[in-house]
Amino acid sequence: MNLTLKVWRQKNASDTGRLVTYEAKNIIPDMSFLEMLDVVNEELMQKGEEPIAFDSDCREGICGTCSMVVNGTPHGGMKGTTVCQCHMRHFKDGDVIIIEPWRARAFPVLRDLVTDRSSFDRIIQAGGFVSVNTGGTPDGNAIPVPKTDADVAMDAAACIGCGACVAACKNASAMLFVAAKVSHLANLPQGRVERERRAIAMINQMDSEGFGNCTVTGSCEAVCPKEVSLDFIAQLNREYGKAILKNRMERKLAGGG
Amino acid sequence: MKLDAKIPSGPLAQKWDKHKFDLKLVNPANKRKYDVIVVGTGLAGASAAASLAELGYNVQAFCYQDSPRRAHSIAAQGGINAAKNYQNDGDSVYRLFYDTIKGGDFRAREANVYRLAQVSVNIIDQCVAQGVPFAREYGGLLANRSFGGAQVSRTFYARGQTGQQLLLGAYQALSRQIGLGKVKMFPRTEMLDLVLVNGHAKGIVVRNMVTGKISTHAADAVVLATGGYGNAFFLSTNAKGCNATSIWRSYKKGAAFANPCYTQIHPTCIPVSGDHQSKLTLMSESLRNDGRVWAPKKKGDKRAPGDIPEDERDYYLERKYPSYGNLAPRDISSRAAKEACDDGRGVGETGLGVYLDFGDSIKRLGENTIRERYGNLFDMYEKITGENAYKVPMRIYPAVHYTMGGLWVDYNLMGTIPGLFVLGEANFSDHGANRLGASALMQGLADGYFVLPYTIGDYFVTGKQPKPNPTAPEFTKAVNDVEALTKKLLSIQGNRTVTSFHKELGHIMWEKCGMARTEKSLKEALQRIPALREEFWKNVKVLGVNEELNQNLEYAGRVADFLEFAELLCTDALHRNESCGGHFRSEYQTEDGEAKRDDDNFAYVAAWEYQGQGKPPVLNKEPLVYEEVHMSTRSYK
Amino acid sequence: MINLLKNLFCSSLGKKFIMAASGCVLFLFVVGHCVGNLQVFLGPEAINRYGAFLQGLEELLWPVRITLVTLVILHFWSASRLTLENRAARPVAYAEWNPTVASYASRTMFVGGSVIGCFIVYHILHYTALVNVGGGNFTSSAQFEWTNEHGEKIHDIYKMLIVGFSVKWWVSIFYIVAVGLLSLHVSHGAKAMLQSLGLKSKSYDPAVRCFAAAVAAFLFVGYSSIPLAIMLGFLK
Repeated sequence: MNLTLKVWRQKNASDTGRLVTYEAKNIIPDMSFLEMLDVVNEELMQKGEEPIAFDSDCREGICGTCSMVVNGTPHGGMKGTTVCQCHMRHFKDGDVIIIEPWRARAFPVLRDLVTDRSSFDRIIQAGGFVSVNTGGTPDGNAIPVPKTDADVAMDAAACIGCGACVAACKNASAMLFVAAKVSHLANLPQGRVERERRAIAMINQMDSEGFGNCTVTGSCEAVCPKEVSLDFIAQLNREYGKAILKNRMERKLAGGG
Repeated sequence: MKLDAKIPSGPLAQKWDKHKFDLKLVNPANKRKYDVIVVGTGLAGASAAASLAELGYNVQAFCYQDSPRRAHSIAAQGGINAAKNYQNDGDSVYRLFYDTIKGGDFRAREANVYRLAQVSVNIIDQCVAQGVPFAREYGGLLANRSFGGAQVSRTFYARGQTGQQLLLGAYQALSRQIGLGKVKMFPRTEMLDLVLVNGHAKGIVVRNMVTGKISTHAADAVVLATGGYGNAFFLSTNAKGCNATSIWRSYKKGAAFANPCYTQIHPTCIPVSGDHQSKLTLMSESLRNDGRVWAPKKKGDKRAPGDIPEDERDYYLERKYPSYGNLAPRDISSRAAKEACDDGRGVGETGLGVYLDFGDSIKRLGENTIRERYGNLFDMYEKITGENAYKVPMRIYPAVHYTMGGLWVDYNLMGTIPGLFVLGEANFSDHGANRLGASALMQGLADGYFVLPYTIGDYFVTGKQPKPNPTAPEFTKAVNDVEALTKKLLSIQGNRTVTSFHKELGHIMWEKCGMARTEKSLKEALQRIPALREEFWKNVKVLGVNEELNQNLEYAGRVADFLEFAELLCTDALHRNESCGGHFRSEYQTEDGEAKRDDDNFAYVAAWEYQGQGKPPVLNKEPLVYEEVHMSTRSYK
Repeated sequence: MINLLKNLFCSSLGKKFIMAASGCVLFLFVVGHCVGNLQVFLGPEAINRYGAFLQGLEELLWPVRITLVTLVILHFWSASRLTLENRAARPVAYAEWNPTVASYASRTMFVGGSVIGCFIVYHILHYTALVNVGGGNFTSSAQFEWTNEHGEKIHDIYKMLIVGFSVKWWVSIFYIVAVGLLSLHVSHGAKAMLQSLGLKSKSYDPAVRCFAAAVAAFLFVGYSSIPLAIMLGFLK
């Protein structure tokens, strides 16, 4: 099939960028969306034009690297699917496809469809962990964990940190991402020890990165490739509320050494 | 080159404890005086960087991904082995050790493997404490599943995303240290060379992949945890970015490369659908717990799988290996699938595939149980193929998955260059000629959490090297070399894209040095690879400039290295005149088609030493001495 | 305490708590107000007695009024701060934008809310301060006097409503549009406040959704029925 692509091209972070139209010819339905872009890029390079820069790595929907908004929906709008797993059989011959990068102040565009998502890393660095050093940990079965708790924690932990939730949110809010990590750890006994400190530290970092706020539209949940539930945002709100009431935030995160 | 594996003396079970006592320690107050570079942030790299920083060392960590959380360890699905014997089914450290040695076809170093089995139990404890949401039983205790090559249930898992969860655990520990300022993290930064000062590894040259800036970093030791070289085959289950550049350029600086021909072909991947294919997707081996592998008995049977009656199906794994059945080790299962397809009994449009059928399990356990166990894998399969595996059997075919070979390391995980430590898939040490399922996660974390933190201190104390000076001429020269290489790549401006070279290389490797190799095919590969490399350097087309985000340039550098490395892989495969594990030489097989080892002549580790551009590498041998186990012919019948 | 206030007023989630908590009280008020007003259909006696009862709670009247105004201010303050942050969070808009599941109500909370805010000011001027914003003939409060069964003179709310809604047709239309926006606002707000306060749960989420929709519909029908009935001449 043949398609018309309108792709965001932007030389670097300071360039303004624009949509450029390309023809994608002889696309096979079994190709993934990124393989379709590979084909377009090969042709561009043959013509001496610089290929479209886009992030991808594992191409099996788990690393969270690939990130593009296809026709107004992050990852292309197939339920529970990253764009690398979105196949061309879901498009029709003659379709016009608009491809843009994630758009958020906290995710500046580096080039074309490539964005800088290090703000997510900084949120985790602020408190998205359990403060245990290597070694000296008790036996794995020392603390029984109810199966349902482990399952809920796993539902939250499935987040791949791709940032689609931010891209889809009308406010570019990172709440679903933060909620996933806070809930993952708060549902396990090992993570409960420092739950208050974690919630406050991560929210403070999230705020300082320039993400927007949650207005409960549900768009994040709808585009999340791992279908992380909006309920975790409720849990995050709960965790944060309890945390600021208890006011257990210490001056500085201790640990290390 | 003299290979000293530094294996401690004494009984096997006490070697590691004795060695830990013999290792020199760095005083806690002195640890902050040492800088360590860690390249790669997968399970091995992230766990090492975090653990070293917790001890007090200053760590600089590097990864080419935009975040350390995206390293390809994340894609491991099935699980992680540990000799916990929670299931009371007869497991023990010794059994895990023995299974791993046997699974590796007696080509792994005994002491390393025993240590791996020993620390496996600590890994689970560590991960649980970090908040890894392992699967649980209703009683709240950890659940296990069984995996290929073992007759006990010792695999811990978190749905079909065990690698992701373990990596997130290590990433969280690493993030904590970054937040505390003990680790300085450099994402989107690619290592392009190793810097030696006075013969010791003292730094690296890196390229900032956003700005193109080439710079150096100096440290007291360099740790490589950069993964395997499966992408030399173009199509593999590796991530698109996985590459051999770090280990290859270290090899060219003098680090010996061991057993490159040991490549693992995973039996259960989704078959190739066409030329456009950019990578292959693995379906976890755990599926073989409930799925039955079969091919039609009749050649060229084009009927739909449901129309083929039971007595016309060949459940070939169950037939050939009744005691392990569908859970036969990976190399054996892969080869059996290839045999069926070579015999003209392959399924699917290309004829390169066999069925993995869940029909019986669904009948026995119900669709819901199967969905609970493998739901995400079935979903993934449907996304890629558009087929519902609850209704029709999956089609699978082997694909390059893991590489057992890697830089040679001693018992301390140090390579032949002092101060260069190599962890995880990037080293060669623990899996011999074939890796068992759920052992890669175990090895990566064992190296990073529980081995390197002990052994690196000993190097600092006994190595007694002066602090590296980042302005030393060695650093300047390394930068100049890297810049010259980059300039050269950009100046060729030929007619062929990098991808086309990589695809052609992959094709040669898969056809001539894939699941089955012959002297003839390898010699052919050894002719074609240098020719292709020559063409690459004359005719490759790399657009853009260095001083920008230039994915094509990154890729070109990696493919240039694969084009050199592939030759070493084939050279090693050609020299090893035996079949063992993932290295199957068609000339050396038993009457019923099994791998035929030659223990008299090849019970050694082949460590190749670089001699310079255009010169054949020198082979060094580390004999494999088994003190405890008796080398036997592997049998899974 | 200082920390708590700082977290409440400075963090994004704190502001959401303020918004949700104030919204929750305002929501209850809006529902109560609607139920109270519907007594107009029971005739002048009932609604005027109700009005006199409220007016008679002298100790409570002003505290309640002040609280409500404070809540409206907090609600509006947090909303505008959050909205400004939201706008800043996406400096470059998408060329193509598909809001997927985000409902119209959820995407128009601030704009709708602002109109509602203006409406409240208007409404208070109109029926509480009896300012002639309806273009009508509110001459003095003495104009609306009602003698109840005990012979006391009380405020004639019934007549005030009739007069207020029958002078200019556009006043009634404005009221109907405004309560339409209000019910749209509540249809999302009633769900979202539970989420923001961390009270949402899968087990009763469907019930909450139904409840929010039902209350929103009730508010629209309830509130708009009064001007509509007056316009159509059912209430005289």
